Amino acid sequence: MPTEVTMKVSEKAQIMDAAAIQRALTRVAHEIIEKNKGTADLVLIGLRSRGVDLARRLSQRLKEIDGAHVPVGALDITLYRDDLGRTGRHPTVRKTEITFSIENKKVILVDDVLYTGRTTRAAMDGLMDLGRPRVIQLAVLVDRGHRELPIRADYVGKNVPTAKTEQVQVMLQEEDGVDRVVIMESTTDDQ
Amino acid sequence: MRLLITGGRVIDPASGVDATLDILVEDGQILQVDKRVQGSGSGGPGKNKKPAGRDGQTEIRVIDATGKIVVPGLIDMHVHLREPGREDEETIASGTAAAARGGFTSICCMPNTDPVNDTASVTEYILEQAKKVGRVNVFPIGCISRGHHGEQLADIGDLAAAGCVGLSDDGKPVMNAELMRRAMEYATMFDITVIPHCEDLTLSEGGVMHEGRVSTKLGLKGIPSAAEAVMVGRDILLSEYTGARLHVCHVSTTESICLIREARARGVQVSGEATPHHLILTDEAVRGFSTNTKMNPPLRSAEDVTALREALIDGTIEIIATDHAPHASFEKEMEYDYAPFGIIGLETALGLILTEFYHTRLLALPMIIERLTTNPARILKLKHKGTLVPGADADITILDPDQEWIVEENDWQSKSKNSPFIGWKLKGRAVMTIVAGQVVWETS
Amino acid sequence: MALKRKDLLTIRELESDEIHLILDTADSMKEIASRDIKKVPALRGKTLINLFYEPSTRTRTSFEIAGKWLSADVINISTTVSSVTKGESLLDTGKTLQAMRPDVVVIRHPVPGAPKILADRLQASIINAGDGAHEHPTQALLDLLTIRERLGRLKGLTVAIVGDISHSRVARSGIQAMRKVGMDVRVAGPPTLLPRHPEELGAQVTTDVEAAIADADVIMMLRIQRERQGPTLLPSLREYSRLFGLTVERVKKAREGVLIMHPGPLNRGVEIAPEVADGPYSLILDQVTNGVAIRMALLYLLTGGHAATN
Repeated sequence: MPTEVTMKVSEKAQIMDAAAIQRALTRVAHEIIEKNKGTADLVLIGLRSRGVDLARRLSQRLKEIDGAHVPVGALDITLYRDDLGRTGRHPTVRKTEITFSIENKKVILVDDVLYTGRTTRAAMDGLMDLGRPRVIQLAVLVDRGHRELPIRADYVGKNVPTAKTEQVQVMLQEEDGVDRVVIMESTTDDQ
Repeated sequence: MRLLITGGRVIDPASGVDATLDILVEDGQILQVDKRVQGSGSGGPGKNKKPAGRDGQTEIRVIDATGKIVVPGLIDMHVHLREPGREDEETIASGTAAAARGGFTSICCMPNTDPVNDTASVTEYILEQAKKVGRVNVFPIGCISRGHHGEQLADIGDLAAAGCVGLSDDGKPVMNAELMRRAMEYATMFDITVIPHCEDLTLSEGGVMHEGRVSTKLGLKGIPSAAEAVMVGRDILLSEYTGARLHVCHVSTTESICLIREARARGVQVSGEATPHHLILTDEAVRGFSTNTKMNPPLRSAEDVTALREALIDGTIEIIATDHAPHASFEKEMEYDYAPFGIIGLETALGLILTEFYHTRLLALPMIIERLTTNPARILKLKHKGTLVPGADADITILDPDQEWIVEENDWQSKSKNSPFIGWKLKGRAVMTIVAGQVVWETS
Repeated sequence: MALKRKDLLTIRELESDEIHLILDTADSMKEIASRDIKKVPALRGKTLINLFYEPSTRTRTSFEIAGKWLSADVINISTTVSSVTKGESLLDTGKTLQAMRPDVVVIRHPVPGAPKILADRLQASIINAGDGAHEHPTQALLDLLTIRERLGRLKGLTVAIVGDISHSRVARSGIQAMRKVGMDVRVAGPPTLLPRHPEELGAQVTTDVEAAIADADVIMMLRIQRERQGPTLLPSLREYSRLFGLTVERVKKAREGVLIMHPGPLNRGVEIAPEVADGPYSLILDQVTNGVAIRMALLYLLTGGHAATN
C-alpha cells in the first residue's frame, strides 16, 4: 500500500507491447468461447478502472469472433476492500455501473493484474451483493504470482514471475494513451 | 510601622503631580510627598532599613521604587464578589486578593449576590467580612429595587446609611421607567450616584452576543446596540429631569457614547465607564464559540470599539472598570446559549490597559491613572481615596509598566478563571499594592 | 484526495475541492440504493452514534440508513434540551460517549457551536447535523448534489432562497456552499426574518420574492418554523403566504422549467403551494434520496480521511 515513505520507482523492463496485448486478448477471447461453448449468457464485468477497458476490448473481440454482443459492466470494489480502516486514508470510491442483471449469468471478471488475489475476493463479494451468477470466471492480462488467497485465473494473457519489490504497471490507450506493460522496480529504505 | 517609597515616578492626577518623588507613609496615611524625604537614603536598595524616624524609634520599611511608577491605589467601581451566595465562584477574601494582585486598593461590589444587597444587614455583613478577610477596601453598592426585581424601591436611605456608595440593579436593568425616575429622585436626598445597567430586555431577549456581522454568520441570537442605547437615553433624560447623578455601567455602543457626550455638553451629571474587554475585544472573538467571550453587554463591533476608545481618550468615558464576574468552570463549559454572561477582570485590567493604550501611545500614563483612580473616587465621593496628597489614605500602587508577563490559565488569585485573555502576553503590571500603609501584594 | 479534517462542522471550513470530492463520492454511493441488497461492508465494525437534541425524523433516519448501508453499527440517542439542562452537560455526555469508542458521532443540537464542544474533545469524527441557526452542512451538500445531478453543473447557476433566512441553518450553510462552487445566490424574505447583515453571507438580498426568483435556475423555499416565530416577527402566516409563498402564478413568472427545492418538512399552502411541491420541476424527493448518498459519502470519507497515513 502507498505510504509516505519516499520511493524511487524506475522502469526495469517492458514485458508486453501493443501487439503482444492485442494477441493476448485475442487468445483469451478464443479461450472464453471454447471454455463456455459459445457466448450465451456471458457477461463481462471489468474492475475499475483498467479492467473495464480490457472488458470492453474483450467484448469487441467476442463480437468479431462469434458475432454476439456480450454486455460489459464496471465494478468498483473499493467499498469491499479488506484493508479499509487499516491503511489510513480511504481510497476514492468510483461508480459501479452494471446496467444488466447478473442473475444466472456466466460472469467473467476482468482485471489487469492478478497479484495477491484480494481484489478478486472483494470483487466476488461485490458481485454476490448484486445477484447470483451461475458461474464466475476470472480473466487477467498479467498474472504476477504471490497469491495470498486461494484464487486462480481462468484466462491469463501472460504469466510474469516477479519479485515482491517490483510493480507491474499496465498502461492502456484508453487511460494512458499507450498500450504497454512494464515492470517497475521500487527502491526504498528497508523497513 | 512607616513606609518610605523612594525614587519612583509619582503620578497623582488629582494634584497634578508627575515627578520623581519620595513618599512617606505613617499610620495608614500619606505624611509627606517630596523630592527627598528626610530619612531616605539616596541609593539604598535594601529593604527594612532602620533609619531614624521622627521619634527615632519607629521601624520603617524603605521601598526602592526606582524605575517604577507610583500611583494612587487603583479603584474598580464595578466588581462582582459573589459572597454571599456563590462562594464557590468568589469570596470577599479571594476577590479582594485578586484586586490586590491587579493593583486595585478599593473595589465596589455589585449587589446581585444571594441574598441581594437590598437591605442594611447585607451591606453590614459585606463590610464586616471585608474588614475581617478583605485585602483591599470594599465599598458596597446597594440595590435600586427591592429584591433586585425592578418593582419596588429598596430601602435606599438605610443602604446609604449602612455604607453603600452607589445604587444599581446591575445584571438587570430597571425596566420600569417610573421606578427609575423615583429612585433617582430619592437618591438625590442622600447625594448617592445611580449606576444603571442599561439594557432594554424586550430588545435583548434571548440574545447572547452582539447583533451584527458575526452573529449573522454564527446564527447566535443577537443583542442589538439599540438595546443599550435606548435605556442610556431614557436614564439620561430621567437624570436631567430629576437632577440625580447618573453613572452608566459598562458602556459598549457608539450610540450610547453619543448620548452621553451630548448630555454632558448640556450639563447633565452623567458619567460612564468602559471595561478593558469592551475596549480591546470585538465580536470577532466569539467566532470560536468560547463562552469566555460571552458577557453582557456583549463584545461589540470594531466600529463600536473604536468609538469607545475615542471616548475614553477624549474623556467622555472617564472611568475604566472591570465588571469582574467570576463563574464556575462547569457553568462556563456549556453550550454558548446556556453559559452565564461575564468574565473575570481584576487581575488583567491594568496589564491590558497598559499594553493596549500606554504602550501604543494612545493614552499617556497620567490619563490612564486618572481613569482608574481620581475619577471613580470623585464620582463615588470616596473621601481620601484616589490621590496621593498628604493626609490621603495610604492606598498606593507601584507599577512596572514594562514588565512582560503571560496570562496563565491556572494562575489566579480569583477562585474562577473565566478569562478570554488566557495566553495573552501583556506588558505592565502592579508590582506592589499598599492599602492603608500595609503591603497587601508584591511580586516576588 | 481526501478530506482534510476529522470532523464536518461547517461548510465555512470546507474547501471547494473537498466539496467536489464529497459530491463525487456520493454520486458513486447512489448505485447502492438501486440494488436489491443495499449493503456494502465498507464500515463493518464501525460504530455510529446519532445524538439528537432536537426532534428530527428525516435527518436522523437518513444518517441511520447511510450508516446501515455501509454496515456500520448505528445507535440512536434522542433527548430533549429540557432533560439536558437538568441532567448531564453536553461535555459530560461527550465524555461518556467517548468511553464507548464510537467512530462517528452525528449531533443535532439547538445551540450554535455545540458540535464543536464534542469535536474539540472526542477522538470520534463529529458530523454536525444542524446546530441551531448556525449550520447544517450535510443539507447544503445534498442540495448541491441534487442540483448538479439535474443540471449537470453548478458553476454559474443562480439560486433564489426564500423565507426565514434569520433562523435558518439551511440558508447559512447553503449560501456558503453555493458561493464556494461558483453559484450566485439571492435571498428574499421579510426584513424581520433577515439577519442584521445578510450580505455577510455572500448573497444578494431583497424583500421582493418575484425579483429574487426572476431568471433563477433554482428556487429554494425555506420552511416557516412556526415554533420559532415570536408574535413580533410576522403578523400572520396568511399574510406571509400572500407575500412570499411560492404559488403556481409566481412560478409562471420565473424561468421556464425552474427547479423547485425545499429542505422539508413542508408547510403546504404556507410557503409552498401543493401543486408546486408536487409539480414536474420539484426536486424535493430527490433531495431526500440524495441525502442518504451524501451522508454515506461523508461517513466513508471521515472514517478513512483523517487517520495517520502510515
